[in-house]
Amino acid sequence: MSESPPAGQPMVRFENVTKRFGDLTVLDKLNLDIAANEKVSIIGPSGSGKTTVLRTLMTLEKINGGIIHVDGEPLTHMQRNGGLVPADERHLRRVRGKIGMVFQQFNLFPHMSAVANCMEAPVHVLGLSKAEAEERARELLEMVGLGDKMDRYPSELSGGQQQRVAIARALAMRPKVMLFDEVTSALDPELVGEVLGVIRRLGAAHDLTMIMVTHQMGFAREFSDRVCFFHGGRILEQGPPDQLFGDPEEERTRQFLQAVLEAS
Amino acid sequence: MIDWGFVLEILPILAKAAIVSVEATLLGFALALVLGLLLALARLARSAWMSTPATLVVEFIRSTPLLIQIYFLFFVLPEFGITLSAFTAGVLALGLHYGSYCAEVYRAGLENVPRGQWEASVALNFSTAHTYRAIVLPQAIPPIVPVLGNYFIALFKETPLLSAIAVLELMQTAKILGSDNFRYFEPITLVGLFFLGMSLVASALNQAVERRLKASRR
Repeated sequence: MSESPPAGQPMVRFENVTKRFGDLTVLDKLNLDIAANEKVSIIGPSGSGKTTVLRTLMTLEKINGGIIHVDGEPLTHMQRNGGLVPADERHLRRVRGKIGMVFQQFNLFPHMSAVANCMEAPVHVLGLSKAEAEERARELLEMVGLGDKMDRYPSELSGGQQQRVAIARALAMRPKVMLFDEVTSALDPELVGEVLGVIRRLGAAHDLTMIMVTHQMGFAREFSDRVCFFHGGRILEQGPPDQLFGDPEEERTRQFLQAVLEAS
Repeated sequence: MIDWGFVLEILPILAKAAIVSVEATLLGFALALVLGLLLALARLARSAWMSTPATLVVEFIRSTPLLIQIYFLFFVLPEFGITLSAFTAGVLALGLHYGSYCAEVYRAGLENVPRGQWEASVALNFSTAHTYRAIVLPQAIPPIVPVLGNYFIALFKETPLLSAIAVLELMQTAKILGSDNFRYFEPITLVGLFFLGMSLVASALNQAVERRLKASRR
C-alpha cells in the first residue's frame, strides 16, 4: 500500500489545519510542508501552538479542520468512495507507524527494563521475534550510549538516560519521521548535553525527517535546516537558522529572541 | 457455662459449614474481581453507550442493600423463569455487590496511570487492548491490591447473610444447631471465632502481599 512520495513531494504536509480547544484556536489554518530528511525546529512563545503541531501529527489530538499528509498519503483522512473521510482507527494505525515521538516527560514504561521498553512495540506491533527485537533494541541502546544499562528500570536511570532510552524506543519502530517535543525541558541542565548529542548524531547518521519543538536556541540554530517561529497558531516567520536568528524580519520574532536571550 | 461436650460435638459440623462459607467467598470474590474490572473499563470507555449503563449499574448496586439483592435473586427471579439454587444465587449476589465496589477501586487505579503512558502507547502504535493489557493494568493493579484485599475480607464477613436464603454456610448451620439443641451460646460463639480466625489470617496475608508489592515496585 505505502508508496514513497514522488520526488519533490513533502514527507509531512499540513494543509489548512485548524485545531481548537473550546473557544481557543491553537492552530489556525496552518500550512506547513516538510521535506524528506529535513530537520525542522519549531520555536515560539508558550501557547503559540508549537507542541500542538507535533501532537496532531502523532494523532494524539484530533484536528478540527484541514488535512495532514504523511509520506504521500493522508493521515487524518482516508479515501472512501472517491472522497476523503475522517480516518478510522485501522487507517490511523497503518499511517501512524511511520511516525515516532519523544516526549518531554520521557513516558517510559516504569514496569519494564530499558531493553524491554525498546522491545515491546517491535514484538507486539511489528511482529518481530523476541530475538530480532532484542538485537535491534541492544544496537539502539548502544548507539545512545546505554549499552551497559540495558537491564535497568527507568527508576534506576537519570533523566538524561531515560530520555535516551525513549529515543531508542521510538527508533526501534524504524519511523520515517521523528518528533521531539521539548525533550530537554524536564532535564537538569547538566544532562541536556547528552540528549542533544544523541539527536545530533541521529541527524547526521540516519535517513530521518526530524521535527523538534525546542527552547534550546543554540541547538536549533546549529542543527536545523529550517526554523519556524510560531505565534498565535500560525507560522509568523520561517527560514534557515542563520537568517531567522541573525536577521529576523518580524518584530515579534525579534522580541521573542531578545526575551529568550535575556533569560539565558 | 460453656458445655465442652457440646462444643466437641458441633465442631466438625461447623467445620464443614465453614468450607461452604469459604467456597462462597472465593467464588463470589472471583466473580467480583472480573465483573469489577469489566465495569470499570466500561465506565472509562469514551462511548456513552458503554459508560452510562455501567455507571448506572454500579450506582444502583452500591445503593441497595446486599440482603435485598440476595432475596431478589433467589425469590423474585423465579417469577421471571430464572430459578437458581440458594448457593448460586448467594454467590451471584456477593459477586455483583462486591463487583460494583471493586469497579470503583479499579477505576481509581486506572485513573492514576499517567496520561503520558497512554500517549507513549499511541506513539508506539499499540492497540487499545494491548495498551490496557501490557502497559496500563500492570501499573494500575499493584497499588490497589491492598484495597481489593480489604473487600475480600469484608465479603467473607458478609457471607452469613446467605443464611437468609438457607444456604448451609456457617451462620445457618449454627442457627440450626442452636434451635435443635436449645443452646445458642456455643454455636454462635464458635462461628464468631471462626470468622475472627480466618479474617486475621486473610488480613495477615494481605499485608504480606502489600509488603511484597512495595518491595518489587522499589
